[in-house]
Amino acid sequence: MLDRATSEAGPILSLRGVTKQYPGCLANDHVDLTVGRNEIHALLGENGAGKSTLVKIIYGVMRPDAGEIVWQGEKVTIESPAHARRLGIGMVFQHFSLFESLTVAQNIALGINDPAERVGLEKRIIETSREYGLPLVPDRTVHDLSVGERQRIEIVRCLLQNPRLLIMDEPTSVLTPQEAETLFATLRRLAAEGCSILYISHKLEEIRALCDTATIMRLGRVVAHCNPREKSAKELAELMIAAELEPQARSRRVVADAAPRLAVEALTVASPNPFGADLKSISFSVRPGEILGIAGIAGNGQNELMDALSGEIPTGQPDAIRIDGTPVGHMGPRERRALGGCFVPEERNGHGAVGAMTLSDNGFLTAAARKSLARFGFVRHGRIAEFARDVIARYDVRTTGPKAQARALSGGNLQKFLVGREILQAPTVLVVNQPTWGVDAGAAAAIHRALAELAQNGAAVVVISQDLDEIFLVCDRIAVIAGGRLSTPIPVAEATIEQIGLVMGGTQAKSETAHV
Amino acid sequence: MFEPIRLVPRGQPSPFWTYASPALAIVLTVIVSGVMFFAMGKSPGAAVYTFLVAPLVQAGGLSALAVKAAPLIMMGAGLALCYRASVWNIGCEGQFTLGAICAGGVALAWPDLPAPILYPAAMIAGVVGGAATAALSAWLRTSLNVNEILSSLMMTYVAQYLLIYLVTGPWRDPQGFGFPQTAMFSDSATTPILIPGSGVHLGCLFAPLAAIAVWALMSKSTLGFQLRVVGEAPRAARFAGFSEKRLIWVAMLVSGGLAGLAGMFEVTGPIGQLTPQISPGYGFTAVIVAFLGRLHPIGAIFAGLLLALSYLGGDAAQIDLGLPNAVTGIFQGVLLFLLLACDILILYRPRLARPSGANAGAAR
Repeated sequence: MLDRATSEAGPILSLRGVTKQYPGCLANDHVDLTVGRNEIHALLGENGAGKSTLVKIIYGVMRPDAGEIVWQGEKVTIESPAHARRLGIGMVFQHFSLFESLTVAQNIALGINDPAERVGLEKRIIETSREYGLPLVPDRTVHDLSVGERQRIEIVRCLLQNPRLLIMDEPTSVLTPQEAETLFATLRRLAAEGCSILYISHKLEEIRALCDTATIMRLGRVVAHCNPREKSAKELAELMIAAELEPQARSRRVVADAAPRLAVEALTVASPNPFGADLKSISFSVRPGEILGIAGIAGNGQNELMDALSGEIPTGQPDAIRIDGTPVGHMGPRERRALGGCFVPEERNGHGAVGAMTLSDNGFLTAAARKSLARFGFVRHGRIAEFARDVIARYDVRTTGPKAQARALSGGNLQKFLVGREILQAPTVLVVNQPTWGVDAGAAAAIHRALAELAQNGAAVVVISQDLDEIFLVCDRIAVIAGGRLSTPIPVAEATIEQIGLVMGGTQAKSETAHV
Repeated sequence: MFEPIRLVPRGQPSPFWTYASPALAIVLTVIVSGVMFFAMGKSPGAAVYTFLVAPLVQAGGLSALAVKAAPLIMMGAGLALCYRASVWNIGCEGQFTLGAICAGGVALAWPDLPAPILYPAAMIAGVVGGAATAALSAWLRTSLNVNEILSSLMMTYVAQYLLIYLVTGPWRDPQGFGFPQTAMFSDSATTPILIPGSGVHLGCLFAPLAAIAVWALMSKSTLGFQLRVVGEAPRAARFAGFSEKRLIWVAMLVSGGLAGLAGMFEVTGPIGQLTPQISPGYGFTAVIVAFLGRLHPIGAIFAGLLLALSYLGGDAAQIDLGLPNAVTGIFQGVLLFLLLACDILILYRPRLARPSGANAGAAR
C-alpha cells in the first residue's frame, strides 16, 4: 500500500529554529526537531508547551514567523494542509472532524478532491483497514460509532493518501487501555513499513512503550532530545515539568456509617443533544469525607451527568437526587447551591466562567447567594472584589487582580480560580467535571490538594474524569460511566487499571452491537 | 500574494479602540459626506457646515436638537440593554408607533379629564403599548423559538398600517377636512413644555434620566448582571441558574416600554395628534444610536445627539442647499457602515507588511 521505494537516506523531516509568536505568548521559540525514517518520534510536553502549535506548522495550518522546514532533504514552505498532504504528511487530530450523520465512506470521500480517486473507494477502505488491523464498515453512520472507531476513520483517511509521515495528536486520550494497545500495534507496523510517526502525548508510560526517540518541550522551547526507553518515567516528567511534584497524602477518614450527603437514585435523563448519551438509571451515593471518581471515555454521559447534578438539565423526579436528604431533582442550579451543592463544569470559558467578565463578576456568578454578595437586588461591588481577592490569594491564582478578565488567565489559573470559587462557598457537596483538563502539573497538584482538603472537612466530592491516573490518585471509590450507565462504585484500593479499562470498553461494546 | 496591510489579532479587545472607533467613524463619515456633497456639485466645506454646524448655531438650534434627540436617546438606551443581553429587538419603530397609538387613544377617549389623571394615564398607555408589542416577540421567541429580529421587524409594519387605518378611519378628526389625522389632543393630554417658547418638553428631561436608570440597572443590579451574562455566555447563565426566558422577557419589555414612552412623548408633544407620519424612522436610527454609543446607555446620550443632528442637517440641506432629504439616510447609513468597519480595530491591529518576502517576519 505504502510507497516504500526511498533511496534517499537522512531524516524524513527536520525543523530548524522554528519560531511562532502569538499575542502575549511565544508558542515556539527556535524549535529544532528531526524525525528519522521508520521512526516513532514522541513529542512530549505539558499542556501549553507548544506541541500543538508546532505540529500545526508542520501540517500547514499555520506559518512560522521564522525558521525552516526541511522535508526529505528539501527546504519547503508548507502553504496549507492540502499542500502538506500532497507532500506526504498526514495528521490525526485530537478532536475529530467527522460529520455524524454521514457514513464512514462519505466522510472519507469528503476529504478527497479528485473525483477519479473516489472510484472504488469503499473497496480501498476495506482493504486498507484490514491490512492495518483497523476494522471499519464503510456504510455505517458515524454517530453509531465509538470514539475508537471514529479515530480509525481518521487514520484510514490519512493512510489512503500514502503518507510518509503521520502526525498523531494525543490519540489515546479517547481510548480505553485495551484500544490503545491495538493502536500501538498498528503504529509499530506502519513505522516498520516506512511511514514515520510523530506522536504527541503527555503520557509518559505509553511513550516509553511505543517511541524510539523523544523531543521534550517546555514553555515553547525544546529542553531535551532523548531515547525515552533509556529514561525512567520520573526523569521524563522532571524534564517536562521542571518541578518536584509533592506526593499526594491520602489520610482522610471516611465516616463509614454516616448518612450520604449526595444520593442519586435511578436517575434517568434524556440528553438534550441529539448525539449525546442518555443517562440510564444511574444510582450512587457519596458520604461525608468521601471522594467518588467517575471514570469513562469522553461522550459516555459525563456532561449529561454533570448537568443533571448541577440542575442545568432539570430531571423532573425530585427524589432522583438528594442533597443531605433533601430531594433536589426538580430544582434549578440556584436552589441546589442554596442547599450546599457546588459545581465546576468541564468547559471553563463560556460555561464555568464568562470570558469577557472580570474575576469579581465571575465570583458573583455562582457565589452570589452563599456569600451574600447582593442586597436588595443590587450587586455589592466591594464584597465581590473582596471575595475574588480571597479566591486569588488562597488558591494562588496568577493574575493581575480581581479586575482581570477571566479569558486573560491561562487554563490552569482560571481552573484554580473556579475550583477555589466553589470551595470557598463551603459546599457540602462538590461535583467537578475534568478538574485538571488542560491544566499544568503544578496547578493540577494544587487542585487535587484542595479537593482532598474539602473532603477532609466533611464534604462529599464527586470527580468526573477521563484521566484514570487522576482518579486513582485522589479518589476513595471509583465507578465507570459507559453508554449512559454507571457501574457499581468499588473502592479504589481494590481496583486495577486493567479491570477499569475493561469496564470502560466492555459496556460500550455491548451498546454498539445493539445498534447493528 | 502581497497584502499591503495585514490584520493581526490583538488577543484581547483594545479598550482604546472601543472608544476611539466611533470617533474615527464620525470623522470618516464627515469626510465621505464632504465627498458626496462635492459629487453633487456643492462646495464640500460649505455643505458640511450647513449639514452639521449651522443647525446648532442658529437660533433655537439646541432646543430643536434636544427635541429630536429625546426619542433616540430613550430608545437607544433601551436597545443597549437589549443588545447586551443578545436579544435583538429591531422593531423599536413599531413599539414606538403602538405606544403612540395607545397614548393617543387614551388622550382622544377622555379629553376632558384633568391633566394629573389624563397625562399619567397616557404615559402608562404608551409604555404598555410599546411593551405589549415587544411582548408578542418575546412570547414568540420563548415559546416557539421564533427569531425576534424577524418578528419585531414585521410588527413594525403591522403597527404602521394600524396607525394608517385608525387615522383614516375610526379615529379621523370629523372637523379635519378629510385629512388623515386625529383631532388635536386636549391640553390635559399635552406634554408640558419645560422652557417656554423653545419646544423643549418633558420628554427631553425623561430621555437622559431613562438612560441613567438603564445604566444603573445594567451595572449595579443583579438583574443587569444576569442580562449581561446571558448575552455574553448563555451556557454560563444556565450554569448559574439564570432563566434565559425570563431575561428575554425583561429585555424585550424594557426596550419596548421605553420605545412606547418615546412614541407617547412624540405625539403628545411636538406633534400634538396622531398622523400617518409620526416618526422619521426614529426606531431604526435608535439601532445606530445603540451601537455608536457602544451599547452603553450613557453612550446612547451622545450618540442620540449626533444622530438627531443628522435629522436637523437633512432639513437644512433641503432648505439651504436644495439637496434631497435622503442625505440624512445616507449620512446615517455611511456612519453605521464605517462604525462597523472601524470596530475591527478593537480586535485587530493593522500592520504594514514588509514587501521583502515571506521569511522577513522574524520574531520580534
